[in-house]
Amino acid sequence: MRRAFDTILLVAVALVIWQAIHLLAPSALTSPLGTARRAAELLGTATFWPHVAETLKAFLYALILAFTGGLLLGLLLGLNKTGAKVADPILVSIYSLPKVTLYPVILLIFGLGMSAKVAFGTIHGIIPIAIFAMNSVRNLAPVYLKTARVLHLSKAETLRTVVIPAAIPEIVSGLRIGFSLTLLGVLIGEMFASQRGLGYMIMNAIGLHDVPTMMAVILMLAVFAVAANAVLLWLDQRLHRRIT
Amino acid sequence: MNRVAWLRYFIVTGFIVFLEVLCRTGIIPATVMIPPTSMAAHLWALLASGRVTPDIIETIGNVIAAFLLSVTLGFALGAVIHSFPRLRRAIDPFLATYYALPFFAFYPLFIVLFGLGRPPIIAIGFLFGVVAMIIATLNGFDRIPRALLKTAAVYRMDPLSTALRIKLPSAAPYLFTGVKLAVAYSFIGVIAGEFIMSSSGLGYSIAYAFNNFDNKTMYALMLFVIVLVTAVNAFFYVWEQRLLARRGR
Repeated sequence: MRRAFDTILLVAVALVIWQAIHLLAPSALTSPLGTARRAAELLGTATFWPHVAETLKAFLYALILAFTGGLLLGLLLGLNKTGAKVADPILVSIYSLPKVTLYPVILLIFGLGMSAKVAFGTIHGIIPIAIFAMNSVRNLAPVYLKTARVLHLSKAETLRTVVIPAAIPEIVSGLRIGFSLTLLGVLIGEMFASQRGLGYMIMNAIGLHDVPTMMAVILMLAVFAVAANAVLLWLDQRLHRRIT
Repeated sequence: MNRVAWLRYFIVTGFIVFLEVLCRTGIIPATVMIPPTSMAAHLWALLASGRVTPDIIETIGNVIAAFLLSVTLGFALGAVIHSFPRLRRAIDPFLATYYALPFFAFYPLFIVLFGLGRPPIIAIGFLFGVVAMIIATLNGFDRIPRALLKTAAVYRMDPLSTALRIKLPSAAPYLFTGVKLAVAYSFIGVIAGEFIMSSSGLGYSIAYAFNNFDNKTMYALMLFVIVLVTAVNAFFYVWEQRLLARRGR
């Protein structure tokens, strides 16, 4: 009950700040009420939904690729000491590259359309998921593995009863970040080279100085992302609590 | 040089040679990618001509400004949020979602708020970096072993020395992760901002070359960005390894 109250309070403070910025620069930022009204209007428009479907489809494909690829890569590397040591700085460098600069390459390889967006979303999400999964396995308290050895657990048993349960909270944290970055990747992809999707709508609205539409689309994306993340976070915290 | 480092060099070099062969044999057509050696040659010519020097200086300056702002404010905000558990619990889902939002869309707003030119780009870099630092600070403070805090209480340490002797050292590895992420995100934010919105800087130059089908300049500049970011990361990586080694891990 108190938690819900705190969240509502936080949202209220954010809305007040938003309104204040709106009063400061009315032409650059629509007021919260105006944005909500425009969002409701968009939700009732038939031409809006194909954009949503397009973005969701690209996001879903990219998410599946990033989750499976990232987890496989991360767990395999994490279990192999040398592999992890060799790969860690390489993965971190790839992670920290400004991938936007690589977007032209992806466009040249995949051409305009769905596959370029999916590829761009995937490369945003896959690396953080792999890094988190890898580090979660590597950073297990040495005591756990020593205990497993003392108890003469086999490799498979060690994995099932020690490594995965101990690593899962970090893995879920990685999935959460991967989720956000994949969505960002898909949207950025749509902002630059697409004729459909929510990213395209935002970019188009910026071009036309249609601030209310831009804000409304961002607001809806934010609500979607916060809701999805709240679920993942709830899972995350439950898992972390179980461990400590 | 140990075996791990050799393996790493081997993999990276192998990948570059692989790309070179693919490009030279025409499996990857020249319209898609030029061979890495000619990227390097073009980059060298470009740097020697001095045409991109102002852009490079501008971008690096923006990144440094965004990085310093994100680390200091991120740490301060993280520490404040951590000391109010109620605020923290309420704010957590928002922090986690933060990176899914395309802030570039707010660029027009930043122009109104901060004026034209570099400040809006620095603002985007800062917005990218600061939350990573906040999250890392929260993580670091979370991981302080309770036994250590109890020990501090038993010794009746005052809050300041508890912070300096117990909290900071225990949280340091996580804070360092935050610093590394803040560097990376500042780069991403600044270059992406320039790429999309600005009319100067490295990101803009790459976008400009792409729009003009100037693949040579585009790949040369991409190579420059990749080498620069990798070098900065390598520096922090080596530093972190030293710190960890000193802590006896």
